[in-house]
Amino acid sequence: MSLAFTAPMPARRQRRRRPFARAGAVVIGVGLLIWTLLPVYNMLLMALDSDADEFTGSIWPPDPNLDSFRSVWTEDYWLMEHFWHQFANSLFLGVGTMVLTVLIGSLASFSLGRMRLRGGWIISDVALLTYMLPTAFLVIPFVHVMHWYGLSDSLWAVIAAQVAFATPYAILILHQYGKLIPMELDESAKIDGASPLQVYLRIYLPLMAPALVAVGVYALLLAWNEYLYQYLLLSSTPNMTVAVAINQFFDSDEAPWNYMMAIAIIYTLPPVAIYFALRRFMVAGLTMGGVRG
Amino acid sequence: MSSTQQVLGFDRSVAVGRLRRPSWRGRLQGSDTTWAIAFVVPYVAVFFVFVIYPVVYGLWLGSDPALYGLLFSDPTFLTTAINTLLFVAVGVNVKMFLAFLLSGYFMSRSWWVRSLLAIYLLPWALPALVVFTSIHFMLVTQWGLLDSLWRAVTGADGPLFMTSQWIAMTANIVAYIWKWMPFWTLIFLAARMAIPQDIYEAADIDGATGFKRLIYVTFPLLANVYLVSTVLSTVWTLGDFPTVYFVSSGAPARLTDVLATYGFREAFDFGYPRLGVAAMMSALPVLIPLVILLMRRVQMRGVQL
Repeated sequence: MSLAFTAPMPARRQRRRRPFARAGAVVIGVGLLIWTLLPVYNMLLMALDSDADEFTGSIWPPDPNLDSFRSVWTEDYWLMEHFWHQFANSLFLGVGTMVLTVLIGSLASFSLGRMRLRGGWIISDVALLTYMLPTAFLVIPFVHVMHWYGLSDSLWAVIAAQVAFATPYAILILHQYGKLIPMELDESAKIDGASPLQVYLRIYLPLMAPALVAVGVYALLLAWNEYLYQYLLLSSTPNMTVAVAINQFFDSDEAPWNYMMAIAIIYTLPPVAIYFALRRFMVAGLTMGGVRG
Repeated sequence: MSSTQQVLGFDRSVAVGRLRRPSWRGRLQGSDTTWAIAFVVPYVAVFFVFVIYPVVYGLWLGSDPALYGLLFSDPTFLTTAINTLLFVAVGVNVKMFLAFLLSGYFMSRSWWVRSLLAIYLLPWALPALVVFTSIHFMLVTQWGLLDSLWRAVTGADGPLFMTSQWIAMTANIVAYIWKWMPFWTLIFLAARMAIPQDIYEAADIDGATGFKRLIYVTFPLLANVYLVSTVLSTVWTLGDFPTVYFVSSGAPARLTDVLATYGFREAFDFGYPRLGVAAMMSALPVLIPLVILLMRRVQMRGVQL
């Protein structure tokens, strides 16, 4: 995406307006910075406090230290005994959703977009419809249905939900991106005797790599950042994810909020790292067709 | 020479393309059809097992008309319905309008605005659970960060935010805007960048600059994106769960619940799943027309937002 843009303002007017416009831009910028970072700062403020159950009531951490992070690291509090196990569960959930979404989405979009399966428009319309569905509205029947499938208290139930909600977006984005790749490539490969599976593996997947990354990151973050389905589908401690574990602090009588915030900050690091590393792909995926966050 | 060759080459390939029936372009044959069907089977299976079946089961759960009588006789539900309308109407529109204005701000090429954009977009990547919990703790008790700031500035004790229905509802809406405005700013930013430069140059010659340019040039060009984005966001926000659940969690006394949190509580805290489904289905009269409008718009113009 080319972001370069030249402002078409005549030189004289530009010079006259400059000081005011610049001061205004700086004021807006500082305002936006404070607005964006205030809740993030609050997380640090709470996590850096060593006093477990009292709010400090001050703007700066009175005695900043990393005790709470150390406690999370060594798991020495009963609510976070299984923290690293739960972290691994979250990772499994995210990566599982990502792999299955990319696989199922790319197969479907290859069939619809490249092989032009007849009646394929029904599937893409259905995908669009599912994409618009507010997922929280489906959670009550979903939990019951998972129970019947024998998937209650299983990470696979959550993966199933996330894949079902992420794949429509994957199909729409991959379909859009696939239009940029000339059909002649598929045709010549076919004339050379390649089977559809070979065309998919050797031509489609390599050429679609940027879109596949965008879709994969989207699915990973969707699964990582979602809460409702994890909370309702995972009940036992060994199967819990970090998101569910964080909420357990609210149900307990004690309230070591500094530990909770330390966990929350650690849980936030992977999406932040992914965001700063793969921002280009995420933004590109977005401009191709809209995202559910 | 090269241009002639190009023209000839181009003509020839078009001619060949017309004569020869492209292998997969027309009707699929034999084993190719089998392959094509095999490739969509995984998605179709996931769709039927994990979307259609729960949807049908949900419709069945909420099909008893008596449920709706029960629902509308509950004063909490009426508050919830009004809250949901407020949350969606104010939240979505304020968010979209500010996002639209800010996308203009982020068109600037200076290095610090571009670095600011990277930070400004951060809320979009952060888990809703975490950030809304943090915002919750900024507001509860007299010792949250906002109260501390209040004390630092005015010297007096701050208000107890979560004891007032209106302040709590405002907090929900502000938190929602905080989380989702960056995402839509990015959508509008991409749409603005797609506007050809010539249009602005022509407008400049005609004397449309500054505010006039925004009203008469930029906005009409972005009107469709704005409409589709607003409707899409409205549909999603009608079913928004984490904002209210974590920021105000319905406090005070379930006066700030929205449909998703009301349905959640009825189903899982009080054990009436049918009532919970009915509460969420009460959004359908609003939801269905919006989805139809969206499907028509999006199909006409492609998925491009």
